[in-house]
Amino acid sequence: MNVASGYNFAYLDEQTKRMIRRAILKAVAIPGHQVPFGSREMPLPYGWGTGGIQVTAAVLGRDDVLKVIDQGADDTTNAVSIRRFFARTAGVATTTHTAEATVIQTRHRIPETALRQDQIIVYQVPQPEPLSRLEPSREETRRMHALADYGLMHVKLYEDITRFGHVSISYDYPVMVDGRYLMAPSPIPAFDNPKMDRMAALQLFGAGREKRIYAVPPYTSVRSLDFDDHEFRASRAPHACLLCGATDSYLDEVVIDDQGGRMFVCSDTDHCEGRRDGT
Amino acid sequence: MNIDLPGFSDPVHDAQACFRAVLDAMSRPGTVRAAGAGLLPPAPLAPATAAVLLTLVDGETPLGMAPLFQPAADWISFHCGALVPADAGRAAFVLATALPDLSMAAQGSDDRPEDSATIILQVASLAGPSRFRLAGPGIQSHAILAVGGLPADFVARWARNQRLFPRGVDLILCAGDRLAALPRGIRVSEV
Amino acid sequence: MAYVAVKGGERAIDNAHAWLAEARRGDPAVAEIGVDQIEAQLGRAIDRVMAEGSLHDRGLAALAIKQAQGDLIEAAFLLRAYRTTLPRFAASAPLDTEAMQVRRRISAVFKDLPGGQVLGPTTDYTHRLLDFALAAEGIAPPRAPRADVTDETIPSVNAILAHEGLIERDAGSSGEEPADLTREPLAFPAGRDVRLQALARGDEGFLLALGYSTQRGWGGTHPFVGELRVGEVGVEIVPPELGFAIDIGDVSLTECQMVNQFAGSRSVKPQFTRGYGLVFGHAERKAMSMALVDRAMRAAELGEDATAPAQNIEFVLYHCDNIEATGFVEHLKLPHYVDFQSELETVRRMRADADAAAIREAAE
Repeated sequence: MNVASGYNFAYLDEQTKRMIRRAILKAVAIPGHQVPFGSREMPLPYGWGTGGIQVTAAVLGRDDVLKVIDQGADDTTNAVSIRRFFARTAGVATTTHTAEATVIQTRHRIPETALRQDQIIVYQVPQPEPLSRLEPSREETRRMHALADYGLMHVKLYEDITRFGHVSISYDYPVMVDGRYLMAPSPIPAFDNPKMDRMAALQLFGAGREKRIYAVPPYTSVRSLDFDDHEFRASRAPHACLLCGATDSYLDEVVIDDQGGRMFVCSDTDHCEGRRDGT
Repeated sequence: MNIDLPGFSDPVHDAQACFRAVLDAMSRPGTVRAAGAGLLPPAPLAPATAAVLLTLVDGETPLGMAPLFQPAADWISFHCGALVPADAGRAAFVLATALPDLSMAAQGSDDRPEDSATIILQVASLAGPSRFRLAGPGIQSHAILAVGGLPADFVARWARNQRLFPRGVDLILCAGDRLAALPRGIRVSEV
Repeated sequence: MAYVAVKGGERAIDNAHAWLAEARRGDPAVAEIGVDQIEAQLGRAIDRVMAEGSLHDRGLAALAIKQAQGDLIEAAFLLRAYRTTLPRFAASAPLDTEAMQVRRRISAVFKDLPGGQVLGPTTDYTHRLLDFALAAEGIAPPRAPRADVTDETIPSVNAILAHEGLIERDAGSSGEEPADLTREPLAFPAGRDVRLQALARGDEGFLLALGYSTQRGWGGTHPFVGELRVGEVGVEIVPPELGFAIDIGDVSLTECQMVNQFAGSRSVKPQFTRGYGLVFGHAERKAMSMALVDRAMRAAELGEDATAPAQNIEFVLYHCDNIEATGFVEHLKLPHYVDFQSELETVRRMRADADAAAIREAAE
């Protein structure tokens, strides 16, 4: 029992943790494949990160240092709420500094600071099925994954190029994992996709409502789908961060007046602060 | 009866620590991690083997067990909450000291490759004398697995399993209070 | 390392929760509503929350309704999150609804039948006129006439029809443990056990609309209410150490047996088929809708065309759970500005490309 009396360490009971841990291990053994799991009803709503929370709860130990970000920032309300949930139910140390964290739970971003091999990043995933917008039936998409039949996605990307001159997907851009499984990287901007490729940290993905867990082991090939004559390009707003001057980070566009005035600042708040502090 | 022998002294945190060791070993094949230090399981269970059982096996996971482990069955049953015996083809976990016929264990299907067995293999040593070169996901450039107690034809037998990917079994190797892992996708060759 | 406070967000959340508590309480000059009052006087809300919350506990349902300010889906969510944390001591033996202590029992297919038509506490024949007498509190309702409780088992209409072989027989038990989608995620093909469990927990409004759509031609099933019964049924468990069944209490249930014409097939003579509904509490609309949708989802099994939404098993099962649905719909409120930013850049680029193309065309 723990800090919030009456509940087990990290909220989940041990039986549930074992079930999730077994799913995580199978997910690691089959990189990019979505493993169904008996997702539990959590005290936060579906869509708020219940999959990521269950994965984090199954992984987290007393000595871990947890960082939670949403949209790249530690101070967004849902990141605050999830960090509090684990501070209450597990009593673990938390941090906003990417370098200090051992477990990072994220929604929609990968930190700018390169992750190390002693870290685990847990992605919150709303829709784990990369083919869902092209084929709504999961019975059908499961068959496609079994056969590695991803023609539908290639056709969609090709049609985009014919119509717009480039792929029109700007986030949750589909990737191939180790050359076998098509995978949804979760709704991170396509800018972040290259960070997944051969990342030193273990990447775990939890989709609570859809009841799927998947994983990318360290140093595993993660390739954004593209064509020889239309290579994948990561794009960002063509500006420098107003606060730290970074020209290589992903930027938020902040509206400053009703006359079309804008400023651009780093989406990764920890990275931006670190640059300003000179650390 | 040997159920008087204790399980984890701190079930919540010891299981978490062991899981992280297995997760790390599975994510970075070739890596050897400590597990089960301080555990005093009944023979012939090694501490690491016992820790892996306590961490992953329960009443929802049919367990295939080499007859050699029968003296520890009561202990496993008591401390894992239940023991659901299963023949090799239906077991979620297979406990052995000699590498079983991998093709007899559950391999999963093309659309449910996760419905495959994890083999918990208690070996003599994770320090040699045999050395294998590993390649595949989780390995930066190359990795070496040093192990004692695998059969002479291990490389060929593992290759048949590896070629089934995404189907196939996963292997957790335990010796003393250390463990390593070989997920199904890893290519193994003689050094 | 100490817990690191983060600016802004935390205080905003605390303040929001304080305001919510104040809003829930409402005007302090008005007496606070008691959980006992909700339990005693808002019974149908309790029933719905128990059914969709998948937990038969009137007191906790009342608390959830109070906490959720009467938002019944939110209340069901509170119960679901709570039930997840409860240990499972046992699984009950199959309920015997024939042995129900019936409060209400009607059949639309026979004028009279063994056990009779029992209207019970129904609104069916009330005139829907606002009763201003209820607004003036303190007027006791007239005492309803009493009848003696009978111990007689009221046979189901199916048993009556079965004598002539006119209706498909009970599937009987396969001997296999029924699936439990709270432990194992949905997988397809989904057996009828999983389908019925999903429907029993499913959203009343969603099932109502789907059931209604089958009546309007989207997967028509020619339904008749064979029987609708509401009442209490005993729950028994068989503890392994005892080896015999013990009664652990009653649950309130509504059961609907829908009877549908079936033209027969090569192997089966024409007969009536069944759709089944079983719901916690007094929930006739839900039980009937469930029975319609259950029968619609059997289309493929019975060799009928399966083209309508209610006949698409995957569509129905993946979308009937209102806790999942409300979570995903409402999560759109969470910040999405990183994704929106990437969309902004993409749309700007596409517009610039379009402008450049237009200029090129004009120049040619």
